[in-house]
Amino acid sequence: MHDPLTAPINGAPQTRTAPPPAPRGPAQGGSIAHFLKRHLRDYGMLITLVAIMALFQVLTDGTLLQPLNLTNLVLQNSYIVIMALGMLLVIVAGHIDLSVGSVCGFIGALAAVLMVNYNWPAFPAAMVCLVAGAIIGAAQGWFVAYLGIPSFIVTLAGMLVFKGLALALLQGQSLGPFPDAFQALSAGFLSELFNQDDPRAITLGLGTLLSAVAVVVAWRHRSAGQRHGMEVEPGPIFLLRQALIVVAVMAMSWLMASYKGLPTVMVVMVVLTLAYDFIAGRTTLGRRVYAVGGNEKAARLSGVRTERVAFLTFVNMGALAALAGLVFAARLNTASPKAGLGFELDVIAACFVGGASASGGVGKIMGAVIGAFVMGVMNNGMSILGIGIDYQQVIKGLVLLAAVFVDVYNKRK
Amino acid sequence: MAELIPTPPARPPEAAAPLLELRGITKRFHGVTALENVHLKVHPGEIHALVGENGAGKSTLMKVVSGVYPHPDYDGEIHFEGEERRFGGIAHSEALGIIIIHQELALVPQLSIAENLFLNHEPARLGVIDRMAMHRRARELLDRVGLRESPDTRVADLGIGQQQLVEIAKALAKSVRLLILDEPTASLNESDSEALLDRLMELREQGIACILISHKLNEITRVADRLTVLRDGRSITTLDCRHEPVSEDRIIQAMVGRDLADRYPRRTPQIGDLLFELRDWRAYHPVQANREVVRGIDLQVRRGEIVGIAGLMGAGRTELAMSVFGRSYGRRISGTALMDGQPVDVSTVPKAIRAGLAYVTEDRKSLGLLLNESIACNTSLANLPGVSRAGVLDAAREHSVAQDYRRQLATRCTDVAQQTMHLSGGNQQKVVLAKWLFSQPRLLILDEPTRGIDVGAKFEIYSLIAQLAESGCGILMISSEMPELLGMCDRMYVMNEGRMVAEFDAAEASQERIMGAIVGARELRHA
Repeated sequence: MHDPLTAPINGAPQTRTAPPPAPRGPAQGGSIAHFLKRHLRDYGMLITLVAIMALFQVLTDGTLLQPLNLTNLVLQNSYIVIMALGMLLVIVAGHIDLSVGSVCGFIGALAAVLMVNYNWPAFPAAMVCLVAGAIIGAAQGWFVAYLGIPSFIVTLAGMLVFKGLALALLQGQSLGPFPDAFQALSAGFLSELFNQDDPRAITLGLGTLLSAVAVVVAWRHRSAGQRHGMEVEPGPIFLLRQALIVVAVMAMSWLMASYKGLPTVMVVMVVLTLAYDFIAGRTTLGRRVYAVGGNEKAARLSGVRTERVAFLTFVNMGALAALAGLVFAARLNTASPKAGLGFELDVIAACFVGGASASGGVGKIMGAVIGAFVMGVMNNGMSILGIGIDYQQVIKGLVLLAAVFVDVYNKRK
Repeated sequence: MAELIPTPPARPPEAAAPLLELRGITKRFHGVTALENVHLKVHPGEIHALVGENGAGKSTLMKVVSGVYPHPDYDGEIHFEGEERRFGGIAHSEALGIIIIHQELALVPQLSIAENLFLNHEPARLGVIDRMAMHRRARELLDRVGLRESPDTRVADLGIGQQQLVEIAKALAKSVRLLILDEPTASLNESDSEALLDRLMELREQGIACILISHKLNEITRVADRLTVLRDGRSITTLDCRHEPVSEDRIIQAMVGRDLADRYPRRTPQIGDLLFELRDWRAYHPVQANREVVRGIDLQVRRGEIVGIAGLMGAGRTELAMSVFGRSYGRRISGTALMDGQPVDVSTVPKAIRAGLAYVTEDRKSLGLLLNESIACNTSLANLPGVSRAGVLDAAREHSVAQDYRRQLATRCTDVAQQTMHLSGGNQQKVVLAKWLFSQPRLLILDEPTRGIDVGAKFEIYSLIAQLAESGCGILMISSEMPELLGMCDRMYVMNEGRMVAEFDAAEASQERIMGAIVGARELRHA
């Protein structure tokens, strides 16, 4: 492949006479407003999350951000966030997966049968479960991608099948407890892993490291963009955002450190979130997912193997649903036939609250994660306030509708 | 040209008041002026053509006339049947008999012709549809537009030309006074276009006025009584075509505000060795398994050669191209494709791209572009490895590649991060071309490369094609616009009903001979 920059048209002799482009400097002055407008959705979500957290912090008299509650909040939402990562890619590719809740429960049951009934050690059992999840995803993905059956129908069937299989595996009973090593996945804390009594050093250390890396990566990304004349965040916004990230990460670490430190599952969640954000935004694979969801025919005619891309999003979804199932089972320390019930709704809601489009091609990993936390904070806050489960559902439903309404409204404008 | 102009039929003198008069229409969007002080008069029983480059304001003007942009959103006055009208919405203008037929037809494909004709005002009693009355009235309307199909036929089973006639019949059902057609023939072949234009002239006899928006100047000079040229949102001039023929060059000059000395770039073809060859290529319809759509095609393209494929809509040209390009069309595809005399595997799109093929689809919105993605993202799509390392995208490189093509093709946009849905047709086509140029093709297949593109952008695209050919790329160009094929090609094939029925060198080709080949093939078949 020769360089297209030096050989503009098929290795044609240089016929260009156009002068080199004046490098467009970073957006200046009045363009801050313009930039914010263009990226309204990205910032809007974050602002919404902060606002909701502030609201409940006030309403609950500070209970929301107490170290214990914050830790619980993260633990309670970890499996939703993990599945939202996969669901976002499925939705961006133009599909939906209704089976994730059932798969979650089924894998929890499988893990319990292996570890409790057959006394398998935690690690091989967990591996088998993840592979089983991937196979489940592959099976459903095959029907969707290669046979062209609508994902809604395939995964609706999957939802019933795996709910039933979970019941069958557990024979209608709860099964537990799990070995300690497995429980550590959800109930463990990082400091315990390193046999440290005081969680502060390691928690604050990791927090500092994470903020430093985040700032450096963002800075390098921005200056690379600037060098090539791309539109970048205006300076003040960039600085403000970096400052906010550092403050948020450090505050979080500080709060966590004053309880038991970082939960293991939070580390898993953060690492996965960063990895999926990278895959979705910076790799050719991620780009192809967006292309397939944006216009499948155009993507196919541009050489994208559209079936394979859709198939892979389902395989990935299955594996993540399995991981979420393990996390959930470990957290409850028991596999229940009711585990996973209705999770798919929370996961799908997280993606749509986070800005994904039901028609595919649009959505961001960070949006889905923030969406999951918006819903999670509301759950948690309303529970602290003693609002009944009945009205919690009503309010969550209205928030989902409102988020999508704002999207549609902005698009019309 | 003069013999093509029909003698003006005897009609009442137009001293009568105009049916529609626009006075000083100005329309702004967020401070951007789309229309400025536009004046237009349309008389009863007149075909009034509205021409102008893409973005000249034709569609915006028609949206003002039909009430899509309601009254206080614009300045100026709309007079219809002698009274000033302030439309509050499209229902208001339709009630007075102003009906727009958009380029994207507004028919429900799953419903029958009759159901479409009376959609939302079905002949009914107490909400129960009177099917007999509906059928009878549909029959009458179809007779008026000359469509010989049962009113019970599903619209999905009709060709695009027939669907256009259904749209016109639908307008007649609403007792139309002023019919506005937005590029009605853009997706029609020559004979369907002729038929449609004949219908319009019949409607004129019935006293129905018509505003015809079109890029096809030969059609306009044929049917229009008068034409108004819009440029940059202003009405430049109104020309009368009834008494003396107006030359296409004169119209073009008014449209672009400059002389277009030549509509096609001059080139000295440098034709090299045989590059690409098809032998006995066949493909069957994807659904009707026994229908052979491409029937044993042999075809050759040399390096640096521009080869055209002429033919009517449905002749199998797009099907041929798509079946070659990674079997994107049809089943049971057989035959040999050779590159440099060696058989190549083109059985999937990635393989076809690797073999050096590129295919610019005829339908750029639904098959060519990711409309909600950026120009940069679209540019790199067919060659992602070219902007990535080990599967990781290099955003800066992608950006500079896109910038480079933007400059080369003179794509007009705010920057390459702009979504392609906001670009005009010509600029969208340039993005599609950029995508395929970046894939480094050796044979570029173009399917209706200038459909729906204005005159200025057309010339730029022709120049680019010529430049590519000069660099040694083989070009296979499918087009329904014969002047375009005659202006650009070194050699051309004529395809009809899945077969190649003729082949002409540039020197010996003419519209008459091409048409003759098509018609001749038909006669042979039916003999």
